[in-house]
Amino acid sequence: MTWIWSNLDFIWDRTLDHVVLSVPPIILSFLLAVPLGWLAYRFRVGRGIILSGVGLLYAVPSLPLFIVLPFIVGTTVRSPLNLIIALTLYGVALMVRVVADGLASVDRNVRQSAMAVGFSEWTQFWRVEFPLAGPVLLAGLRVVAVSTVSLATVGAVIGAQSLGSLFTDGFQRGIQAEIIAGIIATVVLALALDGALVLLGRLLMPWTRSAPSTEARAPMRSDKEAVA
Amino acid sequence: MNFFADAVAWLFDPTNYVGSNAIGIRVLEHLGFTLLTLVFASVIAIPLGFFIGHTGRGRGLAVGTAGAFRSIPTLGLLTLVALSVGIGLTAPYAALTVLAIPPILAGAYTGFEAIDRATIDAARAVGMSEGQIVRKVELPLSLPLLMGGLRSATLQIVATATLAAYVADIGLGRFLFTGLKNLDYAQMLGGSILVILLALLLEVIFTVLQKLVVPRGVAAGRPTDIWAGFTKLAR
Repeated sequence: MTWIWSNLDFIWDRTLDHVVLSVPPIILSFLLAVPLGWLAYRFRVGRGIILSGVGLLYAVPSLPLFIVLPFIVGTTVRSPLNLIIALTLYGVALMVRVVADGLASVDRNVRQSAMAVGFSEWTQFWRVEFPLAGPVLLAGLRVVAVSTVSLATVGAVIGAQSLGSLFTDGFQRGIQAEIIAGIIATVVLALALDGALVLLGRLLMPWTRSAPSTEARAPMRSDKEAVA
Repeated sequence: MNFFADAVAWLFDPTNYVGSNAIGIRVLEHLGFTLLTLVFASVIAIPLGFFIGHTGRGRGLAVGTAGAFRSIPTLGLLTLVALSVGIGLTAPYAALTVLAIPPILAGAYTGFEAIDRATIDAARAVGMSEGQIVRKVELPLSLPLLMGGLRSATLQIVATATLAAYVADIGLGRFLFTGLKNLDYAQMLGGSILVILLALLLEVIFTVLQKLVVPRGVAAGRPTDIWAGFTKLAR
């Protein structure tokens, strides 16, 4: 415990490092996943290719990716940019699937109504499909946020400073309190970002506050149809 | 691209295939470690998941715990356990089993939950006992989602087993850490390529398995993996 009180500055600095590593990938992966997810939802051929692609990408373990990536994109192993790119890739891998499922979960009748009143495909996407898929996208983005914060700690073993540095430093010096502090700080940061996303969701999607949200039920529904 | 050529040369250098640190031995270690942890976690998670899925009891607790576990950093857990029990294989086994339980548990109970209640009522109506319902109706119908859970768990274990080399002398991660320490690019890249190939191979095997366990007659529109379960967990 005394370790924590005498090293609050260190913990705070590593927390800031961690924010720098984990927030950009969360935002970037969302921005990249929307067009990719739309392609996967809109085109049958694209669906197969994109979804198996992101599936395989997600299967790549983090540490080897952190090591291989610099040799492909030309950063150094320890540079924050290297981790940001790698974490963005994982975020995209998770999020594309969610975007495709979310868009597919929009009621067919609603979509046809939009078409009937003369919305172009572009308007229909931004005014109808995207907002209605909102709750599903938010749920996916929350998963991305929490796993990105957790995953960013791995960078510490290759020397990138983050809250993960508390694990490597604590392990090497045999300070249990330091590791525990690192775990708590990581979880708190994850929960804080998660909470921020929930708040943002309430602000941007005021209609979800009163009515129970449209759940990510698209796969379930088709499942039931198949069984029945 | 020179670095990758060196890595490939390292992978095919016969001298890397002898001794206690041989590539073949490390691959087997990694694979054995992964499978054994998967078995440990399954023995705990699958019966528990079936119980939750069949009875609906304890669901809130399971969802909450699984959600909380997602935010716990694997490296933190690994180093903490290693520091408590000492250098050796106990720490990685314990930490990885704990990490692999939530996805398997989620796969097991969401598999049961995804089944149409009418199907189960029908089974009850034709006179099946609770045991028969579980074995003959719920279990087969839930297999694809359970397999999805096992797949997520396997990915998690393969990745974390690499990290485990940080606290114990095990698996392919050794090449990565030795390479990093000595700035031996060929070794760290070669080792990384091996881990990635192993992970992708397991992913492909599980994708095929998942397709194979879908019972005949329900092939259309099955959720193919555990993603739906994960988005649910997040809430």
